Amino acid sequence: MKAVTPPSRREFLKTGALISGGLVIGFVVPGAKRFAVAQPRPGRPFVPNAFLRVGSDDTVTVLLAHSEMGQGIWTALPMLIAEELDADWSKIKVEHADAAPVYAHTAFGIQMTGGSTSTWSEFDRYRQAGATARALLVLAAAQRFGVKPADCRTENGVVIAGNQRARYGELAAAAAQLPPPKTAPLKDPKDWKLIGKPTKRLDTPEKITGRAQFGMDVRFPGLLVAVVARPPVFGGKVRSFDATAAKAIPGVRKVVLVPTGVAVVADHFWAAKLGRDALKIEWDLGPNAGLDSTALREQFRKLAGTTGTPAAEAGNVADALGKAAKTIEAEYAVPYLAHAPMEPENCTVRIGPGKCEIWTGTQFQTLDQRLAAQITGLKPEQVAVHTTFLGGGFGRRANPTSDFVSEAVHVAKAANAPVKTVWTREDDVHGGYYRPAYLHRARIGLGADGLPVAWRHTVVGQSILVGTPFEPFMVKNGIDATSVEGVSDSPYLKEIPHHRLDLHSPKVGIPVLWWRSVGNSHTAFVMESLIDELAQAAGKDPVEYRRALLKKHARHLGVMNLAVEKAGWGQGPPKGRARGVAVHESFGSFVAQVAEVSVEDGRIRVHRVVCAIDCGIAVNPETIAAQMESGIAFGLSAALHSALHIKDGRVQESNYHDYRVLRMNEMPVVEVHIVPSTEKPGGVGEVGVPPIAPAVANAVAVLTGQRLRELPLTLAT
Amino acid sequence: MKLTINGVEHEVDAPPDMPLLWVLRDLVGLTGTKFGCGIAQCGACTVHLDGAPLRSCVTPVSAAAGKAITTIEGLSPGGRHPVQRAWAELDVVQCGYCQSGQIMAAAALLAAKPVPTDADIDAAMTGNICRCGTYQRIRAAVHRAAVLAKGGVS
Repeated sequence: MKAVTPPSRREFLKTGALISGGLVIGFVVPGAKRFAVAQPRPGRPFVPNAFLRVGSDDTVTVLLAHSEMGQGIWTALPMLIAEELDADWSKIKVEHADAAPVYAHTAFGIQMTGGSTSTWSEFDRYRQAGATARALLVLAAAQRFGVKPADCRTENGVVIAGNQRARYGELAAAAAQLPPPKTAPLKDPKDWKLIGKPTKRLDTPEKITGRAQFGMDVRFPGLLVAVVARPPVFGGKVRSFDATAAKAIPGVRKVVLVPTGVAVVADHFWAAKLGRDALKIEWDLGPNAGLDSTALREQFRKLAGTTGTPAAEAGNVADALGKAAKTIEAEYAVPYLAHAPMEPENCTVRIGPGKCEIWTGTQFQTLDQRLAAQITGLKPEQVAVHTTFLGGGFGRRANPTSDFVSEAVHVAKAANAPVKTVWTREDDVHGGYYRPAYLHRARIGLGADGLPVAWRHTVVGQSILVGTPFEPFMVKNGIDATSVEGVSDSPYLKEIPHHRLDLHSPKVGIPVLWWRSVGNSHTAFVMESLIDELAQAAGKDPVEYRRALLKKHARHLGVMNLAVEKAGWGQGPPKGRARGVAVHESFGSFVAQVAEVSVEDGRIRVHRVVCAIDCGIAVNPETIAAQMESGIAFGLSAALHSALHIKDGRVQESNYHDYRVLRMNEMPVVEVHIVPSTEKPGGVGEVGVPPIAPAVANAVAVLTGQRLRELPLTLAT
Repeated sequence: MKLTINGVEHEVDAPPDMPLLWVLRDLVGLTGTKFGCGIAQCGACTVHLDGAPLRSCVTPVSAAAGKAITTIEGLSPGGRHPVQRAWAELDVVQCGYCQSGQIMAAAALLAAKPVPTDADIDAAMTGNICRCGTYQRIRAAVHRAAVLAKGGVS
C-alpha cells in the first residue's frame, strides 16, 4: 500500500458531468459501475462516481467515501458539502459510495474508515466538492439571468440575483454542461452556517423504523445462507469431516470445505446453523492447542524484566533512578478483548462471469476488494463492494486480512451460488482478531519536590501491524507504533529528562487487531493511573500534580481544567463517593474525564462522568457529545467487565452472558463540554474511550485505598 | 402454519421449533428485527406477542401461532409512535443495529407503565445491549415518549 497524493484542484474541478439531468461532482473511475442509481441519458458518458449529485428534483445526494458505523459521518460529511453549497439541508440524501479508487482516504490511500479520521481527512475534500458545485450552479444561473456570477448569491438551495431566483434543481442540467470554474474558493469560517451547529442525524428515520439496511439484512432471490464451522483452536485445520447428519437437515443444500473450515449452505440461517452444529469434524489443532492466557501473562511478566527494543529514550535513566529521592514500581495488565459489535460478522457474495459483487458492512473496502479479486481470479475493478450500514465496527470490520469477506468469497465460490455467510455471536467471540493483552512495568523516580525525574517503562504485547500492509509505514525500527502510542508520545515523558521506554512484541498465535482507541485503550489506563500513584506518593492533589507536569501542554490543561471545574472538583464529591480524573490525547484530540464512583455490595458503580473535549473545530457538536457518551460506555465495558480467557487453546467466553458489556442499569450520567477552538479538526470516534478506565480506577483508589492495576477492575474481597 | 404479523396473516412453511426471529427475517422477509446473540442476552430481536415484549431468537415459531405478532415494521404507521418520535427528537441512534429491539422494549414498557421511573426503565431495558452506548439518550427518550404519549408538547 502506498500513500496517495490527494487529487489536484484542477483534476477535481474538471469532471462535472450529467446523470439523469443532474449535476455530478467527482472523478471518472474507469471500469467501475454504480448500482441502483439513475441511469445515464442515452448517448452521454456514464460517470459512475461522485461526491455529490444535484438532481433535477432539488435533492442533493452526498456519496460517503467512509462507512457509517454509528459515529455520525452520515451527517457530518454532508454538513461539509452543504455548508459550501449553501444547500437546502432538508433536501440532502446520503449513500455509501461503492469501492473505487476515487474514494481513497486522503491520508492512507485506500478506501477505509478508521483511526478517527473521517471528518478531518475529508474536511477540505468535501467542502471543496460543495464549493465546486456551487460555483457551477451560480454560473448557470448567471447565464440564465443575464448577469455576472459575482452579482449572484446562494441561499438554501437557490441562486438569487436581484429579483430573479432559480432552484438548484432547475439549474442542475445547465450547470452540468459548463466548463469547470478556475477557482471555487471556500467560505471564511466566520460565514459558516452549518459547521459548528448541533445537527441531528440524517440516518434516524430508517434506523427507528427497521428500514435501515445492514449487511445482515441483504436479501435477493436465490440467495443462500452459510454458517461455517471453524477450528476450536487458532490455526487449526480440518483433517476430515462427515456431513451426513448436516445434509439430512431440511433446507441444507451444500456442505463445502473452505480454507477456514467447513461451510454449511442452506436456504436460511436456521437450517445452516443446525447443519453446522450437526457436522462431525476431526480437527488438526495445530501448534496453538496449548495456549493459555494465564501462562501468557507469566511469559509477558518475565519478558518485562528483560531489555526490549527502545521506543523512546533520553538522558541516563538508570543513573537518575539510583539518585531519586523516592521510587515507585508498578505492574499493570489488560486482557484480550473482543469487539463484539451488535451485528455479528456477515458478508454476502455473488460471483458471476467476469464479476463479483459483495455486500457487507466493512471499514476496509479497498483491501476487501483486492482480496476478493485474488480469490476469484478477477481484477479488483471487477469486484463491486457495496457498503451497507455497519452494526458497529470498533475496528473489527477493518481487518487487513479481510477475514469475514475473504471467507464469504471462498464460500460463494465453493458453493457456486450467491451466499450470505453469517457468524453467530459465539463465532464472533471465538473468532479472534482481539485487542491484544498487554503487560506494562514501570519504575519511576521522584525528586525531592515529588515530581518525576526518571521514568523506566516496559510494554509487552503482541504487535497488531506486523505482517499487515500497514507494517512498512507504521512499524519503525522494530516498534509497532500502536503498541506504545500514549506512552511514547506522553506529555509527561517529554518533560522528564531521564526516561526509557522498551517494547517487547512476542509472537503468539492469537489473531489481534485494533480495538476502538487501539494502543490508547491500555496506555491511557496505565499512564493516568501511574500519575495518580505518583501524586499520592508526593502527597499532592492529582489535579494540582497534573497542572505542575502539564505546564507546557495547553490543550491537555484546557480540557482538564474545564472538566474539573464542571465536575465541582474543589467542592468534594457527594457522601459515599469519590472522584477520579484522567486526561489523554489521542487521534489529534484532547479529552479529560472526571468519574464519580461508589462501591455498592462490593461492586464498582460509576454515577457520573464529566467529560471535556478539545477536538479543534467542532463540526457537529451533537455528534461529538454522542461520541463521548459512546466512548465512555464502551470504555466502561472494558473497565468493569470484559475479558477473554484462553485455556487449552480455547477461548473460554462465548456470548454476552460471560463476555460482559455495559448495560442500561450501569450507565452513568454523562455531561460533555466542548472546548471552543479554531484548530484543525481532530478525531472524535475513539477519543472518549481512553480516559474512562483510569478516571474510574483513580476514584476507586481514593474511595477504597485499593490501587487496581488490572482491567477489568476487580476489588479485593 | 399461519402467523399474524403486524395485522397481516402469513402462511409459513417452517419447522415448529424454528425460532420466530428467523421465520420473520428469512422466511417472511421482515429484517427490521435483529439477530445479536441467539440466547436472549442482548434484546436486539425483541418483538411483541399479544402486546408483551418477547425475545424472538429463543421463541419457537409454534409458540407464536394464533397470536398477534408485532415487529418494528408494524409498530406504527410512518414511524410516528411516541417512542419513535422521542428517539428522533433526542437523536438516540448511533449504529442503529440494536435500536429496533430497544424501541420495541420501550414501547412495551410504556404500554404497561405509562409514566415509568428510572428504576422501571432499568428493569425493562437492562436486557437490551447497545455497544454504541446510547443508554443515556434511551433513558431520556423513554421519559420523553411518556410525555408525547399523553399528547404533551414539552
